[in-house]
Order: sequence, then C-alpha cells, then structure tokens
Amino acid sequence: MKKSAIKKVVSFAAIVMTAGIFAGCSTAKTQTKGNTQTGNTVKIGVNMELSGAAAGYGNSQKQGIQLAAQQINKNGGINVNGKKKKIKLIIRDNKTSTTTSASVAAQLTNNDKVSAIVGPATTNAGTAEIPNITKAAVPSVSPSATDPNYTKQKNGKVQPYVFRACYQNNFQGGTAAKFMTNNLKAKRVAVYADNSSDYGTGLAKAFKKSFKGTIVDSQYFSEGDKDFNAVLTSFKSKKIDAIYVPGYYTEVGLIVKQARQNGINVPIVGSDGMADPKLAQIAGDKNASKVYYTTPFSDDVAKSNPTAVKFMNEYKAKYHADAPTFSALAYDSVYMIKSAIESEKSADSVKIAQGLAKIKNFDGVTGKITINKNHDPEKPIAIEQLTNGKVSNSFNIK
Amino acid sequence: MQTVFQQIINGLSLGSIYALLALGYTMVYGIIKLINFAHGDIYMLGAFWGYYVINVWHFNFISALLSAMLVGAASGVIIEYFAYRPLRHSPRITALITAIGVSFFLENGMSYLFSSNTRDFPQIIKQVNYNLGGVLISNIQILILVTACILMVLLQLIIKKTKMGRAMRAVSVDPDAAELVGININWTISFTFALGSALAGAAGVLIGLYYNSIDPLMGMTPGIKAFVAAVLGGIGSVPGASVGGFLIGILETFFQSIGLSAYKDAVVYFVLIVILLIMPAGIFGKNTKEKV
Repeated sequence: MKKSAIKKVVSFAAIVMTAGIFAGCSTAKTQTKGNTQTGNTVKIGVNMELSGAAAGYGNSQKQGIQLAAQQINKNGGINVNGKKKKIKLIIRDNKTSTTTSASVAAQLTNNDKVSAIVGPATTNAGTAEIPNITKAAVPSVSPSATDPNYTKQKNGKVQPYVFRACYQNNFQGGTAAKFMTNNLKAKRVAVYADNSSDYGTGLAKAFKKSFKGTIVDSQYFSEGDKDFNAVLTSFKSKKIDAIYVPGYYTEVGLIVKQARQNGINVPIVGSDGMADPKLAQIAGDKNASKVYYTTPFSDDVAKSNPTAVKFMNEYKAKYHADAPTFSALAYDSVYMIKSAIESEKSADSVKIAQGLAKIKNFDGVTGKITINKNHDPEKPIAIEQLTNGKVSNSFNIK
Repeated sequence: MQTVFQQIINGLSLGSIYALLALGYTMVYGIIKLINFAHGDIYMLGAFWGYYVINVWHFNFISALLSAMLVGAASGVIIEYFAYRPLRHSPRITALITAIGVSFFLENGMSYLFSSNTRDFPQIIKQVNYNLGGVLISNIQILILVTACILMVLLQLIIKKTKMGRAMRAVSVDPDAAELVGININWTISFTFALGSALAGAAGVLIGLYYNSIDPLMGMTPGIKAFVAAVLGGIGSVPGASVGGFLIGILETFFQSIGLSAYKDAVVYFVLIVILLIMPAGIFGKNTKEKV
C-alpha cells in the first residue's frame, strides 16, 4: 500500500516536472492545437513496456504493432485525403514504470511530434501518460489497459484523447459471473486473483460484484509465484463448484496443473490473459480440462473472420509462433488509428482523436469493434473451453 | 486433519527447495563473508541447462540432475574467479555490489539470449499421486524431498569428514592462519563455490520438474527467500540453513492456508524480523562477542 502511494507521488512529481520543462516549448509553438502532420509519413509513437515486469506482454504487443505497420506500408501506406503516406513507427521503452511512461509520452508528443500513440500495455503506465498526451492533444490507443476508469476523468467525463482496444474489467468479469451461474450452474465459487496488477484485482472485484452465488473464499497470488498448493488445498476443503482465476497464463497455467494434481476437478474459469497456447503447455495437456476463459479472440470466432485468419497466418510467417491475444489487440490498435485517419481524411492528432471516437463496425482481428461514448470498444465476447489442452467448445455470451 | 497433513507436505516440498538454495548462501558467507546475490541465478542456469539437455540430448532425470550440478559448479567457480577473486581484499561492500551486478548480468543476459518467455520444462518423470488416507503426495514431491535430504547429508559429510572440508572450516575461522599452515585459500574458496552452486543447479532441475515452468527471472524471489532462510537459520551454519529453509517453506504455506495469501511474503519477512530481534545470530548461529 505504502509503496504504491510513494510511486504515485513520485510519478505525479515527474509529470509535474516534465510538464514544467515542456511548458517552455509549447509557448513558442504555433497556435494550432495538437501535432499536425507534414512530410510523406505518418508518425505513430509506441509507448510500450519492453523491459521490466510486463516486458512479456509489451514485447508481444510490439510484434503485433510492427506486423500491422509492415502490412500497411507494403500495401502503399495510409490513405490521407487521397495521398498515400507510409507509417513511421517510433518505438520507446517505458520500462514498466509510471515515471518513464510519462516522460516517454512527453518525448513522443513534443520531440518526435507523433500523430498518435499506441500503448502502454498496463493501466498504471497508461494512466501516467494521460496528462502529457492530453496537453499535447495526441490520442493514444492502449491495447490492454483494462481498468474501467482508465478512459474516464475524475469527474466521470471521458478522457478526450484516451482509447483502448480491449474490454474493460466490468464487462469481462460480469460475463464470467453470468457464465458461471447460467452455464456451469455454480453456486459456491472461490476467487484466486493476481494482485500484482490491477488487471487481476480489477477483474476479481468486477466478478464479485456481479456474481449471484456465494463467494466461498477469496485469495491472491502475485506475479512470478510458482507454488499455489497451500491455497488450493484450503479451497479443496471448502466444497467449491468452481474457481475464478483472473490472471495471466504464466501463473494460471501452474494453478491449473497444481489444482488437478491436488485432486480438485471443478471447472476453472479465467480471463483473456489465459488465452495463449502456453497455458496448456505449462499446465500439461492432461490437466487442462474443464478450463474456461473469456476471450475476444477465440479460434472458433477467428475462423469465420477473414481479418483474423489473415493476421494469424502472417503472424506465424513472420514470428514462427501462434499469435497471442496481446499481439492481436496491438495489431487492432494500429488499424484503428489507420481507420480514424482515413475517415477523417487527415493525420493531424486532434482529427485522429475525433475519428477514433467515431469508429463503428470496424473489422478487427478481435471482432467487430464499435467505440462507445466512454471510448471503450464494444465487441462480441466468447468463452472458450479447453479439454485435454485443446479448445473443444466455445460459448457465445449475450 | 487431512488438510493439515496435506499442508505440511506442501510446506516441506517448498521448503526443501529453499533449503537447497540457502546452503549455498550460507557456505559462501561462512568462508569469505560475502552474500552471493548471484546464487539464485545459478539455480536459474541449472534449470535452463536441464531444459536444454533433456530436450536436445534426451538425457534422463539422473544424468540431467548430475550434469546440471556440474554446470552449476562450473559457473559458480567462473563467477568467483572473474568477479569476486580480484576484489578479495577490497571492502566488503564492493564485493556485495559486484554480486548484485553479477545477478543482474545473468538475469538480463539470459533474457536477452533466450527471451524472457516462460517455458514448459519437459516432464521426464510421469507424475503419480499416492493417496495416504486422504493425503495426496506425488512421486515428484517425494523425489524432491529425498534428493534434497541426500544432498544435504552428503554436504555435511564433505564438510565434517574430508580433508577439503577441514580446510574449508579452517579458512572460515581464520584465513591467514589457514594459509600459514599450508592450506591453498584460492582452491578452497573455489571448492566452496563449486559445492554451493552445484546444489543450486540441482535445485533448478528439481524445481523445473516440479512446477514445469522456467524463465530467466525465476531465481530472483526464491533467491531472496533462501537468503532469508540462511539468515534465519544463522548465516554461516550449514544445519541452520536447512532448518531455515524448511521453516520458511512451512511458514509460507501456513499463512496461505489460513487465508493470508495476499500478505504471505509480508508475514514471512515479519516473522524473520521478530526472530532476529530475539535471536540476532539466527537459530543455529554462534553468538560471538567481538573484542574491541
């Protein structure tokens, strides 16, 4: 608790300081708001967690972004009011730190003069970025900042320059809760959440709020933990119908493995952080049965979606691996910016922000996306079921 | 009651890993008064070595374990030779900072070379659960416990019964006097590093097999906890490190089982502080008064 408070103070101080430094520059600038685009390229900044705790996710997102930019450039570039312009990516590492994220945002908007930013991956780093991008009037699309309040100001109004490509927690947690009651008929549920990110704690909170049955026990683990036997053993003695585990596949894979080895055979339900083939590899195919997770990017849905099929094939050709959800979300973020530029016929940052807010029925890898008034994407959600490590079924939740 | 026994087994298998790691810390500290923060990363190297030889060269469990111990020992000796030996006569803080540097070097070097992704460890031993009156124990848990105990007994024999062990004890008491009676200090210190690091390498393979998940940063947290275990048992004392390791494992399991999972590390470190306030030298540490 104390640590995060200190972090907040430090990051606030850093924002104030960078804002102070750059205040001098902005007075010397011309009167127009935002970064106007000149030259033959569209500059897109990437403020991403390439090192530090979230580096795994940041790097898969970087791959998605690079793939999208490469594809767009190969096809001639973005059509800006009749003129094709290529994308120039400016990738900077925020080291999974709020202070660095704030200064990276200042650097991207003021020095590199980008038109739009993709990233950061985490809500904390994303929130730290907001003051600087709002001041510079440059929009940012975060592929994976899931906190419900991320796109909102303190007074409840929407942040004008903040967008995201992923679900917010209340939607995903609520869907899981509905699924547990309606499809699994679970009445007594234990929650075991990742408390090292607000992804896990946020989802746990949203789930508990909307679940109708009894929450028997609620426990936490942190990133990098490998031993979950103690908590699972105590779950076992409590007669549970299902376990809800919002977290990422690195830990949830181990939870699934250890739960099955402890003789706990109830369904385990999780979130899109589990949607990775590595989950079954870590858990062991034999153990990965009766495992469910909410995902925008299910294989079944993907097969009927030509954009997704194309993405998965090209991703495989470029990186020789199956595309993780994070790459798909990052890829969509870049294409959302492209679509905003093309519909507004301008690559000026203020125009892009307006275009992003108006996106409707955009064909993304992660489904048809419509941006609502809170700058959250509305897109279909599916629940996939694993049996022996393979996706065996998918449910559409309305 | 079943749950209690199950939790004790959970605690013991977690504790045996901490104990194996803590032994390396304690031995190195006992001899050259250096806290080797890179120790946890040697454990990571051992796990990666096991992953590599099992996947590529199709080693079986025993040969993977033994070769990982050799690799661990070799890397420990190399690190000592290049990073710590030149600093032997400089202030202790310099060596400590170097140790932290070596730790970062190994973690980030491995992340750079092999990416920071988590990988699944090949399951060469098929897991079988034995049901003893409602308490489940797996063959891998037994294997870890037994291997850890064998290695610890072996270590104790080496230290107490062999000539090399006597040299180690002599160096730890007074290096200058040891040199005067003809003990080769460099060789003894290298041997200590080799021994401690071999245990870390073995722990790496065992953990890989048990949890089926390894990554370049896996040595960080267990390394620190093992250090805590060594301090708790009385740093410099070999039986103390084993007891400390098991104690930390059981404490961690206990606090998770009573519903304090969110605070498990906080509580474990709190217990450490309390124990050290009551017994500043740790459980088995010798409380020597320094003469001024």
